[in-house]
Amino acid sequence: MSTVPACAHPAHKDYEGAKLGMWLFLFTEILLFGGLFLLYSAYRARYPLDFHTGGQHLDTFIGVANTVILLTSSLTVAVAISAMQKGNRKLTMVCLGITIVFALAFLVNKYVEWMGEIRRGIYPNGPALLTLPDGEKIFYGLYYSMTGLHGLHVLGGVIALSITLDFVRREKITSTDFNKLENVGLYWHLVDVIWIFLLPLLYLAA
Amino acid sequence: MEYAEEHHHIIPYRTLAKVWLLLLFLTATLVFVSTAYHDILSVPALLTITPLKAGLVFFYFMHLKYEKPFLKGLVLLVLVVLIVFIGLTFADIANR
Amino acid sequence: MSTLAQGDPISYRGFLEAGGRRGILSWILSTDHKRIGILYLATMLTLFFAAVTIGVLMRIEQLTLNPPLFAPQTYNAFFTVHGVIMIFMFVLPGASAVFGNFFVPIMIGARDVAFPRLNLLSWYFFLTGALVVILSLFTGNGPPDAGWTFYVPFSLRTGTNIPMGVFGVFLLGFSSILTGLNFVTTVHRLRAPGMNWHRMPLFVWATYATAWVQVLATPVIGITLLLVIAERLFGIGVFDPAKGGDPLLYQHLFWIYSHPAVYIMILPAMGAITEIVPTFAHRTIFGYRAIAYSSIGIAALGSLVWGHHMFTSGMADTANIVFSLFTFLVAVPSAIKVFNWTASLYKGSIELKSPMIFALTFVFLFSIGGLTGLIQGALNINVHLHDTYWIVGHFHYVMFGGTGMGFFAALLYWFPKMFGRMYNERVATIAWFPIFVGFNMLYGGMLVLGYMGMPRRYYTHLPQFHTGHVIASVGGFILAAGLVLLFADLVVALFKGKKAGQNPWGGVTLEWQTPSPPPLENFAEIPTITDRPYIFNPEAAK
Repeated sequence: MSTVPACAHPAHKDYEGAKLGMWLFLFTEILLFGGLFLLYSAYRARYPLDFHTGGQHLDTFIGVANTVILLTSSLTVAVAISAMQKGNRKLTMVCLGITIVFALAFLVNKYVEWMGEIRRGIYPNGPALLTLPDGEKIFYGLYYSMTGLHGLHVLGGVIALSITLDFVRREKITSTDFNKLENVGLYWHLVDVIWIFLLPLLYLAA
Repeated sequence: MEYAEEHHHIIPYRTLAKVWLLLLFLTATLVFVSTAYHDILSVPALLTITPLKAGLVFFYFMHLKYEKPFLKGLVLLVLVVLIVFIGLTFADIANR
Repeated sequence: MSTLAQGDPISYRGFLEAGGRRGILSWILSTDHKRIGILYLATMLTLFFAAVTIGVLMRIEQLTLNPPLFAPQTYNAFFTVHGVIMIFMFVLPGASAVFGNFFVPIMIGARDVAFPRLNLLSWYFFLTGALVVILSLFTGNGPPDAGWTFYVPFSLRTGTNIPMGVFGVFLLGFSSILTGLNFVTTVHRLRAPGMNWHRMPLFVWATYATAWVQVLATPVIGITLLLVIAERLFGIGVFDPAKGGDPLLYQHLFWIYSHPAVYIMILPAMGAITEIVPTFAHRTIFGYRAIAYSSIGIAALGSLVWGHHMFTSGMADTANIVFSLFTFLVAVPSAIKVFNWTASLYKGSIELKSPMIFALTFVFLFSIGGLTGLIQGALNINVHLHDTYWIVGHFHYVMFGGTGMGFFAALLYWFPKMFGRMYNERVATIAWFPIFVGFNMLYGGMLVLGYMGMPRRYYTHLPQFHTGHVIASVGGFILAAGLVLLFADLVVALFKGKKAGQNPWGGVTLEWQTPSPPPLENFAEIPTITDRPYIFNPEAAK
């Protein structure tokens, strides 16, 4: 492992260190959602048929649409990073802007989807949910927990991406100092990866 | 700042676009297989296509392919830890 | 930055007053790792003594049978809050947040940690989490009463202020995660030139192993607590048996963190002991690599044993056997350390100053704790011991006799370096006697009560247990008195202690090459390391 000699300049920056720190934070997110994946695995093993029924009733179209949205937003943020490295500030800002728009679209879809379920009475302590068999109750409990926690992270991403866009606009992020942009990108890609797993677990293979 | 001297690998736009198209294609395959052949293929598809998609995002979008082996090792370690947690829990779940 | 040198008799105060920074704002807005370490120390000790007080009240309750001094509900709140404070606000941050923050950068020849602002943020999370927990005692329907373990379904059903209490713990978890993240990056990126991995002090190895557990295990309890809050506030049922949930899955998720958590607690304390023993034996540590790698081994193996908290819960037999096996295995790296510390005394020139006395006490009490852990790790015995006072005795031997004593040893060792003042050695040594005697009366008494059958978390007890409880309670009072004496000595020393020199103990790690207290950025010039640590006799080493 190479070492960076510490220097007395307070503004000294350590690119590799900042990246390592961000990856470590991503590891905590993987384990955070990992707990939910553990619960999903255990309950699915116990209630295979109920999970199948629950999954069938979810709106697969919205689920797939959201997947396409997130995958594309991952593309745009990755392009933004490459653009910044090449010094193309305008393209960076456009791509970041598109990423934010996609993220908001995801949240709108999520809202519509949830409203659909809620109108059917399928929500925690909702009338229709209480009539369902245990396994389906658990399925929907996990559905709301997992997509809810994920949605909160999308919202956090919107905020982080917006702040980053502003930093690029104010040239606090440049082609030689783009750590913050890269780290926000890493976060956003992980949000995408989590959804990549949620799609089949909740909507497809259930 | 010193970054200008370090050689930071830039992922070409073309590569990013190709990965994106591949991801869309894999998603379409996954959806098709899970709906058309649900009972036999949905779980195997989940277990193969999904990690592949995640891997593409890690390796290309998150730049992991071009990072030091140490970082790749760490990511692997974390995934192993999660799998071990789930697996050991199944020593209980699967036997009750 | 102060330009006064160490020798100045009047006012060299190092980082404590560097750059004319005084007043409370200069402390609570400081990103200096040394000030943050002291912020943690001050808040943690305050909370520690609050929890000690609750412990004393619990011992009084067991003395007063007819009628008991406190209502049963009050007692439930007592052991819950005592546990939450001690575990999440004292032992878990522990030697890592205080001495890790203060000394890891210095020991590797760095000026600060990798992310100084995140470091300060971690303390803010700590403070906020502690305040939220304290707030939960006085709001809602009263203090949480589900035990620090918050088992479902009781934690879902009880009317007390569980959501707020649990949310406070969640915030405390963030503090732990940020600390761990910081240390991993610091050790990888900020080592001085020539300080390769096998030249690092073993305290740094220990803190590094701990940091990984903090990063990887804490999020699991994070999600678990969030789910409890979600169930109570929104009715999202994933644990509630009335909604098809499995309470055992809560226990799995809870202990997947909370068992590795005990290694977060013990590893830094072990690291401190590994610094103290060679210094006061005036010889090099025995088995540097064994100690270094066993720290990693404990972190790794310790993540596989969580089911041993659940042997009587209804888990499948297969799981019981697997977890019992791993539990026996994890004793191996711990024992390696005990052997190495002991071997490090061989042919040493031992000086029994107070840090060393407490360090040796650690080794002794931790060994008892570890052995009792093995006993209860056997499935057939566990059936009789689970949820008895034996368990309470066991974990106090490892967490208090282990981490607690290790923390005190570290504090006595590093106090002169941190504050530039020396405490009264004799008083500290005298305080050891009531601490040691009281400790063993209290917790040894609990081991006996436990195998006699006394259940834990009961506000009262059957007559046949009364003598044991009296002995334990008297021991508890003696222990508490000893603690007060020890800390009175330290508090007085803060204001009136004699000036400490640069190296009062003759230590050989980098912190002893800086002034006491160290200046703002630790080193005038970053040193270059040319040799391994713990060389006490340079001629003999050649």
